[in-house]
Amino acid sequence: MSGLAAAPTQAAETARSRWLGLAALMAFMAVLPLVLPNAFYYDVVIRICINAIIVLGLNLLIGYTGQISLGHAGFYGGGAYVSAILVEHYHVAPPLALIAAAVAIGATAWLVAGAILRLKGHYLAMATLGLGIIISIVITNESRFTGGPDGMSISDFSLFGLRVSGEKQWYWVFAGLLALAVVLAQNLIDSPAGRALQALHGSEIAARVSGIPAAKFKTRVFVLSAVVASVMGSLSAHYMGFITPGLAAFPHSVELVTMVVVGGMASIYGSLFGAALLTVLPQLLARFEGWETVIFGVILVGTMIFLPRGVVPSLAARLRRKEA
Amino acid sequence: MLSQFLQFVFSGVTVGATYALAALGFSIIYNASGVINFAQGEFIMLGGMAAVFLTTAGLPLPLAILIGVLLVGLVGLLVERLAVAPARNAEVVSIIIITIGVSMILRGLVEVTLGKGNHALPHFSGDRPITLGGATILPQSLWVLGVSAVVVAFLAWFFGATRTGKGMLATAYNRLAAQLVGVDTRKVLMLSFVMSAMLGAVGGILIAPIATTSYDAGIMLGLKGFVAATLGGLGSGFGSIFGGLVLGLFEALTAGYVSSAYKDAVPFVLVLIILLVRPQGLFGAKQTDRV
Repeated sequence: MSGLAAAPTQAAETARSRWLGLAALMAFMAVLPLVLPNAFYYDVVIRICINAIIVLGLNLLIGYTGQISLGHAGFYGGGAYVSAILVEHYHVAPPLALIAAAVAIGATAWLVAGAILRLKGHYLAMATLGLGIIISIVITNESRFTGGPDGMSISDFSLFGLRVSGEKQWYWVFAGLLALAVVLAQNLIDSPAGRALQALHGSEIAARVSGIPAAKFKTRVFVLSAVVASVMGSLSAHYMGFITPGLAAFPHSVELVTMVVVGGMASIYGSLFGAALLTVLPQLLARFEGWETVIFGVILVGTMIFLPRGVVPSLAARLRRKEA
Repeated sequence: MLSQFLQFVFSGVTVGATYALAALGFSIIYNASGVINFAQGEFIMLGGMAAVFLTTAGLPLPLAILIGVLLVGLVGLLVERLAVAPARNAEVVSIIIITIGVSMILRGLVEVTLGKGNHALPHFSGDRPITLGGATILPQSLWVLGVSAVVVAFLAWFFGATRTGKGMLATAYNRLAAQLVGVDTRKVLMLSFVMSAMLGAVGGILIAPIATTSYDAGIMLGLKGFVAATLGGLGSGFGSIFGGLVLGLFEALTAGYVSSAYKDAVPFVLVLIILLVRPQGLFGAKQTDRV
């Protein structure tokens, strides 16, 4: 009985804490430039934002829906390269190229989703891994278009004659997109569609029995997360000005999944934390010359053993237990 | 024409045999624990690297090989005890991340201690090619095939005729039931990691004279072993061997007749097609969920 009575207030409380969290994030992003000393630090924060947005999309798939993908770097790199090829070789306007890339990547994801999302667990991991690797091999080999392993350069992003260039301008673009992504993700999770996704994670069969079209929802989330990765790929290609096949490679897919799992599955702020931690960590570890891979591995294994649900949800649960 | 084809088949089957050993390693751990061990490729690399450095340290080749295989078996045990066992009840994704973390640790340690260079092991019995039906085959290829066959025969005997092997199969089939009839599933898990690590090491040592080895050689070999295991059906011993050989053949034939640049894409295209047609792999058991 008490559980039932408590439910509405709890929901209200979650809603309030969500808006508080968002407000805090926006305030933080607004003030941050005041303390960033130079372009290098801007660059680190921008990379965190880019990763955080991709990871938010990927977390919808992995954390909320319970489907694994080891191929999202393929979508990210794919978006970057389609944009770069259209802009550089065919002189398409950057925003149009971005949209075309998103449509192409979304269509690819949609085409394979129907088939591969029937797979479970490790078979799904294998299929997405394969898809990502195929994309990355195509990018490496089609050097007429992509410049091959040497990479290719791409010009600035411009929209209606407005050009975005330099770290300071891009900072505001990516900070704005991050806030937008958080709002959209929160709304999606609380919507009936979001509840359906979480039901799928709990038990796919139970969800189907209660009338949720499982295949349709899984496909939509998969395509959504692929399109998010593609758009971020296009934008970061313009931001970086130079792209290499490494963007689409398997290790980058692993990095993205690691951000989701270490930060916290099914946790929005976990996604942000995971992206920030794993973007900054390699920079911090660079001074250990050669040992960085080992330390990185130890941190991964340690986090998964001691905070199995990811850093943010595990710590939040501990705090709550202390209060109670 | 025919001799060229035969040449591709020889090289395909040789590489395929190492994929098969890697795939068997995946399957053994998968059967015992339901875990895909993304550090399997690192076991292959460790085997090759250990043998290389023990021979350069002055040990005779057979002794270096023996110690190398045992060392990697020990590493397998440590991995299970220190990283996998403590996370028994975690989700599939978390365990995947753990084994990926382990592979980074192993790769990083080798990079720091043994360096980044490429190394080759001496051929076991000379490197003069043998002519066979117009094509040539290296004596080392015969070693690869012969030892792989012996290993497979041993595994067939182990799982078919020994108490421990049957206990491992029982655990794969139904963990709880196996515990109830007295199988120590904890030991099964440890043994599966030791066996897979040693299998990987054997594969890595056999192929090291033909394809050089380096600290990062395990990544692609591991992925292809995973593909071979998935192709055949996770957990199926016969499927793993079949998957490995098919993969090696397809790769060699693509490299020979179509494009060597796209050789590395072949396994992944192949596995996607197979999974679309048969979601449980060629010889895998169909999974049904109990509700």
